[in-house]
Amino acid sequence: MAKVKTETEKKPKPINTQSKWAYTWHLVKRNQACYWMMLPFFALFTIFTVVPVVMSFPLGLTSFNLVQFPKFIGLQNFYSLFVNDDIFLIAIKNTLIFAIFTGPFSYVLSFLLAWLINEMNPFFKVFFTFVFYAPSMTPSAFVIWQLVFSGDSYGYLNSVLLDLGILTQAAQWLTDTTYMMTVVIIVQLWTSMGAGFLALRAGFQGIDASLYEAGAIEGIQNRFQELFTITIPAMGPSLLFAAVLAISGAFTVGGVGASLCGLPSTNYAVHTVMNHAQDYGSIRYEMGYASAICMVLFVVMLIFNKLIRNVLSKYTD
Amino acid sequence: MARRKKPVNIEKVHVKKSKGKHINGSLAGDICIFILLALLGIFMIFPLYYSIIQSFKPISELFVFPPKLYVVAPTGENFSNLFKVAGNLWVPFSRYVFNSVFITIVITVLHVFVCCCCAYCLSKCRFPGYNFLNQLIVTALLFTSTATWIMQFVVMAKMGMINTYWALILPNVATSMGLYLMRQNMSTINDSIIDAAKVDGAGAFRTCWQVVIPNQKPAIATLIIFVFQAAWNVQGGALVYEEDLKTLPTIMSQIAAAGIARQGIIYASAVVLMIPPLVIFLIAQSNVMETMANSGMKD
Repeated sequence: MAKVKTETEKKPKPINTQSKWAYTWHLVKRNQACYWMMLPFFALFTIFTVVPVVMSFPLGLTSFNLVQFPKFIGLQNFYSLFVNDDIFLIAIKNTLIFAIFTGPFSYVLSFLLAWLINEMNPFFKVFFTFVFYAPSMTPSAFVIWQLVFSGDSYGYLNSVLLDLGILTQAAQWLTDTTYMMTVVIIVQLWTSMGAGFLALRAGFQGIDASLYEAGAIEGIQNRFQELFTITIPAMGPSLLFAAVLAISGAFTVGGVGASLCGLPSTNYAVHTVMNHAQDYGSIRYEMGYASAICMVLFVVMLIFNKLIRNVLSKYTD
Repeated sequence: MARRKKPVNIEKVHVKKSKGKHINGSLAGDICIFILLALLGIFMIFPLYYSIIQSFKPISELFVFPPKLYVVAPTGENFSNLFKVAGNLWVPFSRYVFNSVFITIVITVLHVFVCCCCAYCLSKCRFPGYNFLNQLIVTALLFTSTATWIMQFVVMAKMGMINTYWALILPNVATSMGLYLMRQNMSTINDSIIDAAKVDGAGAFRTCWQVVIPNQKPAIATLIIFVFQAAWNVQGGALVYEEDLKTLPTIMSQIAAAGIARQGIIYASAVVLMIPPLVIFLIAQSNVMETMANSGMKD
């Protein structure tokens, strides 16, 4: 990519190539305008995000109950997590299952839907984008699923299955450990199409129309060819954005499971790492331990992010 | 002269040409896609539909179990009750509305401005620190912790922001998600327009706002939808405790917290709160859909 100078140089000074620092300083001065433009964002970002996050790192090494001053206990939290805490291991297993099922599926699904909607005419584009984004705008939309999966015979799913004779007695969808995982995965998939989907819609909308015209002239036959030869390569950055959202969404699942099956759920069948952190953070007020849990999750997400970026960069520009 | 005969008429080369629609694709395919989307759409629109019909149900229908999916005798009772309760508050109801509207507008405007400026630099300029800052944003997107809010509170308390509008506004202005969205979209812009702007003597700021941003309508619309929704739902919580500064969602949840006796009001307040984001969504999206993007390069 060509180097973009942001300010026209008035007096070209000889660049001191001898010293790396002098050269860096030269670049800094030349891009002065950039730094000024980024200043408002990064000032606020530092104060309200970076500083609190960095300050919360050391909490993982302490015992902190929100009342007394944090007490330094070294790596004991991490030791307890992996050695003594059986539930944490269950939570890790559940989180990985959720992440593997919901992450890629919701990613592919939101991409496909965004693509299909893009094939519609302008009115239906707005209409369907609205329809598929609606759950994200409805507060606690997934509560509806409680009615569907309700454990008594009045639950919509139960009553339909009983009427059809598939079930002989009402199934406890939300408390029977054999169904819970599947039910929560389905609902999770349904709710996870929010921000990523909308960002992908914007990505599709942002593709240069002349590319398609050129494609038609070059002899592209059908939609699929167009998708793979023009659309996907042109959408790399949006795909990456949606991927990052999908990763963070997939690994921080917990809200849906907690509100459908309760916290903690029966036998911890849908207990995730995030639920575990909430359990310690906002129920037992063991903030040190909760921070340690979040740290572990963060490291796992960073690794996955790295892997997925490597894979995606092969297919896009 | 011989070279400038008659240019090939591109309009005629096209098999089909329709505004804002793809060139490739058959009518049968369109119909199949429509049916598929419509079927899936029913599942997605269902909770919205359900909240709306619940808010129009009279008290006698609200507690029928299993809940009916339609209203037998629709009534505006829940809404009138909501506003009756809202009229008897300690602080005039209009104060909460003003707070929410004010905060939402300020956050949205600042957010879009700040993120666009920063995203332009992070995507199109190469300066020392470029890689570090980009990495920082992605890393911040992945970080979730249940403990961060404590430290955020500590920071704001140290700066004396607690119980002011600042506490509601400033933390929501600079989010890594908004920035990353804009950064990713701007990075698809052709470098040649930026070079052209530079040759014409535009500085970084002018290039950003007069050349790049007008080409980023879909991304900006999405950004506005995200930030408006987030800003409208700002609850305040521990950050403001004075009644004068509380926002509409806070007071709505306080009204709804009165329990089962106000079941209808809960749905009515949810519907009332949903309206502004829905309106913004429709305005933003329909503005984008009119035109398909073009690179801004006219040959």
